[in-house]
Amino acid sequence: MRYADEFRDPAKAKVLVSEIRRLAAPLAAARGRPLQVMEVCGGHTHTIFRYGLKAMLPAESIEFVHGPGCPVCVLPMGRVDDCLALAEDPKVIFTTFGDAMRVPGSRGSLLQAKARGADVRMVYSPLDALQIARANSQREVVFFALGFETTMPSTALTVLQAKRDGIDNFSLFCNHITIIPTIKAILDSPELTLDGFLGPGHVSMVIGNRPYDFIARHYRRPIVVAGFEPLDVLQSLWMVMRQITEGRCEVENQYKRIVPEDGNEQALAAVAAVFELREFFEWRGLGSIDHSGVRMRREFSQFDAERKFAVPNLKIADPKSCQCGEVLKGVIKPHQCKVFGTACTPERPLGALMVSSEGACAAYHQFGRIDLKPAPQAAHA
Amino acid sequence: MDGSIHSSAPTVTMAHGGGGRAMRGLIEKILLPAFDNPLLATLEDQARVPLAELAAHGDRLAFTTDSYVVTPIEFPGGDIGKLAVCGTVNDLAVSGARPLFLSCALVLEEGLELEALSKIAHSMARSAREAGVSIVTGDTKVVQRGAADRIFINTAGIGVVPAGVNISATRAQPGDAVIVNGNLGDHGIAILLARNELALSAAVVSDCQPLHGLVAAMLKACPDLHCLRDATRGGVATVLNEFAVSSQVGIRLHESNLPLNEVVRGGCEILGLDPLYLANEGKLVAVVPGTHAQATLAAMRSHPAGRGAAIIGEVCATPPGIVILSTAIGGDRVVDMLVGEQLPRIC
Repeated sequence: MRYADEFRDPAKAKVLVSEIRRLAAPLAAARGRPLQVMEVCGGHTHTIFRYGLKAMLPAESIEFVHGPGCPVCVLPMGRVDDCLALAEDPKVIFTTFGDAMRVPGSRGSLLQAKARGADVRMVYSPLDALQIARANSQREVVFFALGFETTMPSTALTVLQAKRDGIDNFSLFCNHITIIPTIKAILDSPELTLDGFLGPGHVSMVIGNRPYDFIARHYRRPIVVAGFEPLDVLQSLWMVMRQITEGRCEVENQYKRIVPEDGNEQALAAVAAVFELREFFEWRGLGSIDHSGVRMRREFSQFDAERKFAVPNLKIADPKSCQCGEVLKGVIKPHQCKVFGTACTPERPLGALMVSSEGACAAYHQFGRIDLKPAPQAAHA
Repeated sequence: MDGSIHSSAPTVTMAHGGGGRAMRGLIEKILLPAFDNPLLATLEDQARVPLAELAAHGDRLAFTTDSYVVTPIEFPGGDIGKLAVCGTVNDLAVSGARPLFLSCALVLEEGLELEALSKIAHSMARSAREAGVSIVTGDTKVVQRGAADRIFINTAGIGVVPAGVNISATRAQPGDAVIVNGNLGDHGIAILLARNELALSAAVVSDCQPLHGLVAAMLKACPDLHCLRDATRGGVATVLNEFAVSSQVGIRLHESNLPLNEVVRGGCEILGLDPLYLANEGKLVAVVPGTHAQATLAAMRSHPAGRGAAIIGEVCATPPGIVILSTAIGGDRVVDMLVGEQLPRIC
């Protein structure tokens, strides 16, 4: 298959792995621990597990830390409960991306609400939701807008289109979040020992590479914006190793075939027209982070489900036993969580990291079970 | 779209399920002529099958049932009628049985066009003829609009297992080879595309087909076939997990050996689906002794239902109960049981 097989060539992978091995060994030896590289984006976590990249790399010198870039995983329970409240309104057709349907709130997931009779429909694009609104003028269609800068432009353009076409039974429940403040919050965490980052490819396609400058300049960590094919991830990791070896801290772009230096001007304009920063937004596991979410601007109130409906705006604490936050910050590995594979499984997820195939815990559970060492905490838990 | 509320075409009404004249008419005008066979024509409350006819084929009865609820009811490569026959025939076939008789129970939604019902009945009849089975007994119920999705079909089937054939999920052994009879996931992707929700179009045809002829050819090449299942819902991954757990063995697959239609691969890439979990309706997974792998493969490839057959992996002693995929790029990952449905990813 063109445009895919070229990026999955085993011979090239072998060369990259041996180069990474060569560079990483002395760096890890000097530190007395493996180098920790965070892949910010859940798509990279998925690639690492789906292609078995972790098993190809030397565990003694490289450790992936799975970052917060899975929008489904960082959604707090209260927001899911708000979704349920909206979906249970008999007037409402609640539309959502597929993998958000399984995220647990305190009263279950959207999938369970659907089984109880709520009109919840899976869509592949916000434009599909707008189409449903056109076809059901007597109902209210709410789209569960979710995701980082990657999905923000398509939501924004859909709202602009709804406004142009005068569609008045369509609104967004806006849960879009923004990656930069969250990376900053992670870098400010005192427990942190990260040596470098793989930057999120599709977010960068929209925002460009410049927003990451502070990581290199202020925090002195290398970051390489990476594509999602296995050779992309390996090459990016090699680029991070090279920066560390040469004592450089820069923003480099491995994903040049998709990511323009300054991002996508039109997409950014649409986002700026429709959305504005919230003062703060709640993240599962990480708590409240300043300026990390967006809401709709006042001039789009008619399309804002939070203004149109009485959304309960619930605050629900993460389950006590859940260690999602520590996993997200890279302090512990998924399988070292007290409830991994016991109280929290893909069938009955406690934390959202166990829900999506991009969530680190689900990936560990689904793709990685063979080589897991018993968790140190589990012994005295 | 179901526009039958306003159409003047004759449709199923509650009267057709009432047990009276309307129901009799439905049976006599649509179902009997389509299924046409002497055991059914007697219209008793049950079919009476001469035991001698069964005993001629082997020494054990195979008996199975399955219900079919697919949306849409027609799709490229088949329809719910063909599916209802092939699915049950295949559930019998993978025991090594010769499928012989089927039942057919219909649950019809009020408002279904009689024309559509007739088309489905004829499709069932055609598939039954091709599979060499007779539909010998049946039932028809009608439910209120909204209580079913146009038509649900249940078929039960009986077949006879030849003496000496002993196929079981518990028999996989280290050294065995894992074989499939062709491209994976065609049915799953064909159905997804036929629902028209994806705004994608591509020529993918469901693989819906009877497999008993292929199984007979395989048994000729390898009478000691260890495990065999048709990989329907949950796909090849689910079947292999069942084998690995039941036999307490490890199974290693090789990604580069998986037979895949390029269009299905493309669809999976776009939607974030894994073809190992996609449904098939004419694909089986076999575990055969390593010594017989090549002969079985050759026999499969010379049968029309096995032209695309491929050895996709092997059975190993460890890790017990786990299926591992060696990825094309050189890594390893666990292929676990699916949790719920595969849901497309956000981005």
